[in-house]
Amino acid sequence: MLSRTASNLFWMGRHLERAETAARLLDVGQRITLLPNTEAGYQNEWNSLLQASGTARLFAEKHGTVTQEKIEEFIFFDRDNPSSVACCLEKAREAGRIVRTALTSQVWDALNMAYQDLRKIERQPRASLDTGLLTDFTTGHTSTVRGAINATQLRNDGWHFMNLGYGLERADATARLLDVKYFVLLPRIEFAGSGLDTYQWQVILRALSAHRSYHWAYGGDITAEKVADFLILNGESPRSLITSLYESVWQLEGLARRYGEGVPTTARDKGREVLAALQGRDIDMIFDEGLHEFLSWFIRELAEVSNLVHQDYLLGGV
Amino acid sequence: MSSYNEMYEGDRVRDPYARLRDWVETMPDDFRQMKQAEAEALFRRIGITFAVYGEGGDPDRLIPFDMMPRVFEQAEWRKLERGIKQRARALNAFLRDVYGRGEIIRAGRIPARLVYQNDAYEKAVVGVVPPRGVYSHIIGIDLVRTGKDEFYVLEDNCRTPSGVSYMLENREIMMRMFPQLFRGNRIEPVDQYPELLRRTLESVAPAKCRDRPTCVILTPGHFNSAYYEHSFLANLMGVELVEGQDLFVDGEFVYMRTTTGPRRVDVIYRRIDDPFLDPLCFRPDSMLGVPGLMDVYRSGGVSICSAPGAGVADDKAVYTFVPEMVRFYLGEEPILNNVQTWTLWKDDDYRYVMDHLPQLVVKEVHGSGGYGMLVGPKSTADEIEAFRAKIQADPSNYIAQPTLALSTCPTFVEEGIAPRHVDLRPYCLCGDRIELVPGGLTRVALREGSLVVNSSQGGGVKDTWVLSE
Repeated sequence: MLSRTASNLFWMGRHLERAETAARLLDVGQRITLLPNTEAGYQNEWNSLLQASGTARLFAEKHGTVTQEKIEEFIFFDRDNPSSVACCLEKAREAGRIVRTALTSQVWDALNMAYQDLRKIERQPRASLDTGLLTDFTTGHTSTVRGAINATQLRNDGWHFMNLGYGLERADATARLLDVKYFVLLPRIEFAGSGLDTYQWQVILRALSAHRSYHWAYGGDITAEKVADFLILNGESPRSLITSLYESVWQLEGLARRYGEGVPTTARDKGREVLAALQGRDIDMIFDEGLHEFLSWFIRELAEVSNLVHQDYLLGGV
Repeated sequence: MSSYNEMYEGDRVRDPYARLRDWVETMPDDFRQMKQAEAEALFRRIGITFAVYGEGGDPDRLIPFDMMPRVFEQAEWRKLERGIKQRARALNAFLRDVYGRGEIIRAGRIPARLVYQNDAYEKAVVGVVPPRGVYSHIIGIDLVRTGKDEFYVLEDNCRTPSGVSYMLENREIMMRMFPQLFRGNRIEPVDQYPELLRRTLESVAPAKCRDRPTCVILTPGHFNSAYYEHSFLANLMGVELVEGQDLFVDGEFVYMRTTTGPRRVDVIYRRIDDPFLDPLCFRPDSMLGVPGLMDVYRSGGVSICSAPGAGVADDKAVYTFVPEMVRFYLGEEPILNNVQTWTLWKDDDYRYVMDHLPQLVVKEVHGSGGYGMLVGPKSTADEIEAFRAKIQADPSNYIAQPTLALSTCPTFVEEGIAPRHVDLRPYCLCGDRIELVPGGLTRVALREGSLVVNSSQGGGVKDTWVLSE
């Protein structure tokens, strides 16, 4: 496979995942504004969500204070915001267009439809669009693309690169969201049992589409340890760090097997190493070493894996 | 000026269209509109769009698709086929000659200046004979019809003719929307084209290639207006679609960068123009090409299709000599006629043209896409005078032709169905054999009375049928 093709498939996966992340942030942010007594609160919440997507500064420069309309415009439509839904969908479609030959017609169809519908929505008056519609639009389309990929793509190297993009992006998104809110998860005597922390944890769970599955997995009260465990170490949780990384490493194993001896496997080796380090920890150990320190380490290691993917496969062996 | 209507002769329907009569004449308006919308949605979903150079606007603009097919009978087609193949052989013989001994010039049959001073003549490949002596592997020949048995070649496209994806997709969409029209197997298929193209490319692999040749399509990238076609063909042929950055030269071969390391490339179907192929040989500022490619080509390490320099055969000035080429190289009489052409660097021709501008079509020698031309009968006096000044400034840059009464084909328009002017571009493949699929791209001028069929000038496309016997 052409290195450029692999690279586009990889980034197509990343951008689709990123679009979904943006839509989820929009959804959770909107819920916050629906709760009472959040005047100052929701400014802060929005800020932390924008930080999680790495766009807080850009937003402040463009808009200053947060309002619902500005946020919606910024997270969904704004082409200046590289993490906006519109930007991500456009980039994913652009990548797909470049590698048309590596996609099945169903996948291209789904991807192109998402883009064509986006252009329709962009032409509609903003007042006629509520947040729910925008998030449903995004998750609907990204799920359709995902489904078409699962149902129709050959399980070949292109498949691995696409899913590697999805996996690494997902691990990164979860880690960043946790890092922005890590202080909320620290067990603190004064808040224990009060409404505030429970509510904050719910926000995090919801931001990762995990508020329902959390209850299925753990039951009982929401506690900081359980939330952190669910999002970092639980192998059943679809967006936990360990699941996302495990699935990424699985793709790298697939590539290593397929390509055999002659092709370097430094990304796979690094992925294995980080995964083993995760598997060797429990949540107490992570709190002991410091949640923020742990997450910073993880984000760094993940970036290194991504770098090595580039070196191993995307430069064409030159 | 009355035009030949390909479907109707007065009230009578001509034979090839007999079976379509009921279908077209009884189609209710709302059904037609529904189907037209369906066709557009299909094109958009597949992603066939066409960006027009230098016009801005919607980059995902569709070429209008007309559902009314254009039909040829087997006998009509056979004659065209013979004529096209003959022309293709002559054009390649000419290219072999002018990059070799130049017999046709020594024989005084074509002026040396027209060939050797031509911008498209590549001195860098003089003496280089490509595999099987084929320079132009895909030749698009633009034909117009003026009567039952009267066809004229308007121009030859020996470099990288585009549009073949429309030929294939138009058929695909017609079969999807109107399967009943195809029942009974009377319409010759065209979908073998990609397979034939792949075989053609493989058949001209360089001598240094020992295994099954690796072919690629070289595209300028996804911003190019024909990018859809490049990826479409790569997909159907099962070959990689590469950009210049994917290729590199190492020693005597060209390689592509892959996830498992470098892989050798034997045949490049390039969809970029000569000047951009290799910054070390041609334009040094080209980012689209591959440094060192021409050295590998000259030493027989890779085949380039069409070969660099092939453009000298499809120049509008050289065009006037193609019938001469047929006689000179093949010893045959041309089956297809050229349109009468006045070359403005000749004094007599110049005087005639300047006296008759309102009746003539004047074209730039190197222009393409319907740009830089004057259609006399459709122009105002001011437009004609403005063009006259341009000609006077540089007469040798122009040729003139009579305004032909292009044939018309019924076409769905706002008010129902009406005749519109059409042309035809079949795609001839030249490798170890010369092949032509029965069909081509029919372009239609959608504006009433218009003779300009270019998609950049408001033209549309139609499915083109050749009936089997």
